[in-house]
Amino acid sequence: MEKIEKFSGVAVPLKRSNVDTDQIIPAVYLKRITKTGFEDALFASWKAEPDFVLNQPVFANGEVLIAGPDFGTGSSREHAVWALRDWGFKAVFSAKFADIFRGNSGKQGFITGVITEDETKALWDLIDAQPGIEATVDLPNQTLSLGEMKISFEIDPYTKWRLMEGLDDIGLTLRDEPAITSFESNRESWRPQTLPAKGI
Amino acid sequence: MSNPSKPLTLAEKLWASHLVAEGKDGAPDLLYIDLHLVHEVTSPQAFDGLRMAGRKVRRPDLTIATEDHNTPTIDIDKPIADTTSRTQIEALRKNAAEFGIRIHSLGDKNQGIVHVVGPQLGLTMPGITVVCGDSHTSTHGAFGALAMGIGTSEVEHVLATQTLPLKPFKTMAINVEGTLRPGVTAKDIILAVIAKISTGGGQGYALEYRGSAIRSLSMEGRMTICNMSIEAGARAGMVAPDEITYAYLKGRPHAPEGADWDKALEYWKTLPTDEGAVFDAEVFIDANTLDPFVTWGTNPGQGVSLMDSVPNPADIEDPNERAAAERALEYMDLKAGTPMKEIAVNTVFLGSCTNSRIEDLRAAAAIVKGQKKADGVRMMVVPGSQKVRLQAEEEGIDKIFKDFGAEWRFAGCSMCLGMNPDQLAPGERAASTSNRNFEGRQGKGARTHLVSPLVAAATAIRGTLSAPSDLESVN
Repeated sequence: MEKIEKFSGVAVPLKRSNVDTDQIIPAVYLKRITKTGFEDALFASWKAEPDFVLNQPVFANGEVLIAGPDFGTGSSREHAVWALRDWGFKAVFSAKFADIFRGNSGKQGFITGVITEDETKALWDLIDAQPGIEATVDLPNQTLSLGEMKISFEIDPYTKWRLMEGLDDIGLTLRDEPAITSFESNRESWRPQTLPAKGI
Repeated sequence: MSNPSKPLTLAEKLWASHLVAEGKDGAPDLLYIDLHLVHEVTSPQAFDGLRMAGRKVRRPDLTIATEDHNTPTIDIDKPIADTTSRTQIEALRKNAAEFGIRIHSLGDKNQGIVHVVGPQLGLTMPGITVVCGDSHTSTHGAFGALAMGIGTSEVEHVLATQTLPLKPFKTMAINVEGTLRPGVTAKDIILAVIAKISTGGGQGYALEYRGSAIRSLSMEGRMTICNMSIEAGARAGMVAPDEITYAYLKGRPHAPEGADWDKALEYWKTLPTDEGAVFDAEVFIDANTLDPFVTWGTNPGQGVSLMDSVPNPADIEDPNERAAAERALEYMDLKAGTPMKEIAVNTVFLGSCTNSRIEDLRAAAAIVKGQKKADGVRMMVVPGSQKVRLQAEEEGIDKIFKDFGAEWRFAGCSMCLGMNPDQLAPGERAASTSNRNFEGRQGKGARTHLVSPLVAAATAIRGTLSAPSDLESVN
């Protein structure tokens, strides 16, 4: 994974709460077996509405999404993160994220920063006043800056460290391989085993 | 967990017993995974990742795959017409063969929705950890297991290491005390819970469903409740194992046998939350006064008693909730104040990992038996697995549904998310026993009301959202 420190991009206001992953990417787009090329699927239903924010040219190249609370609820589909990433987004900020979505984001080098609802609204107002304004995300300092406005965001320290180091989870876990093997040697015989198959 | 005499919750015991390595300096704990369920939608990129890194599946013997999300529910003997669906299913078959994973394919008697297949085979049992690239994995918590939905990167992680790095959850007790009235079921309990704590109320928590109303539920009912824990945002939902759990499990193909059963049983009896254990949060629901529950909006927390009316957004204090309600009513084409029972539907869907088990089919069949389906209403019955379908046919349940005018289908996720051809048309309205009423979930522009199997059956007879108790006035 690429190391992340600081970047800037157009801020996009998504003035909706409870944005579930079915909205981020509808199920019909989940049939692909690749991990990239999902940009066409992002908010596919909402993009059919002419006044949807991403249909406005000034926001079409957005990189930083500012969304209402409870972002990423519902289905565990990691495709939601892939679609946001493939569209060009690098970070989303919200007052509250669904747990699985936030976990999936961390695995893909995609930032989920927690800000307050008041800050969210202040950012929306600022973007309304200056559509196309760029946001600067500074991960080491955990700040989000738009013009004069500078906000501190929350991110889990471990995820932050992994993103800054660009570390892959599987590689990290395999450093504990002896502990896994030792745990397995004590695994009780009553615990489930799918093989050899029974009941077929 | 350093103090051995400290009373623990079920969730804490499950966590401690799977701890491979404790996280230091803010790192997550590493937990061992006892059972990994795989399906075609969230796995192809994970297998690709393994191939690219030259990794193997560490424990194929703790892994099992089934085809469910994309599978057609008619003409299953013919090639799948949708080429992208077919490609995805072929990818799963190829990956299973290459990595030595057991797979139950279309046509196999154990094929079906992954969360129906695990319990049916006796692979899901108390005291274990279960994961799957599907948010409804919480279903398996009904056995007293720690069961979690994960994303594709985590699927790859579990395939490669049989472990998962996780931050400990907080614990929440959902106490449901009392006796359900006739016509009120597990589905109504969980819809009421989500309406109470909202779609984000469970975030960061493992929920434990407790109380006399939960204890008296069958395993099917407990699975329905745990299944929808994710709709409250929770990482997991669980019910402590008891005699009902053991009776359900005993004799299933992969349930422990002989001395293993005795050893397991002795351990399982130590799992329930200790007297005096403290939950981080508690919620109380009175089962005695619960009505059948239905949703009116576009998230599972937007629900009311079937006896109520469509709420007025103006009465909602929270501005976000109010805006969401306004948008939901517009999408659902509903007016505030309309009695829920006056809402007419086009389609009734009985199925999904929430409500497609044999008990669900039996309950709905008992209502529609000898009745006439409302004119112009389509009803689709999709058993959760091929085995459920075969059992229902043995009991004559298929005939009851067919005589009623319902479509009797093959197993799969079907219209719950409409990845296969089972979709609603734009503007169509459904009473659905599934778990999500999101915009477009069951088809672009489709409108979903989440209901129990009993309400689904009564609705199919009357054509408007109805409880079984409304049928007496028909007769």
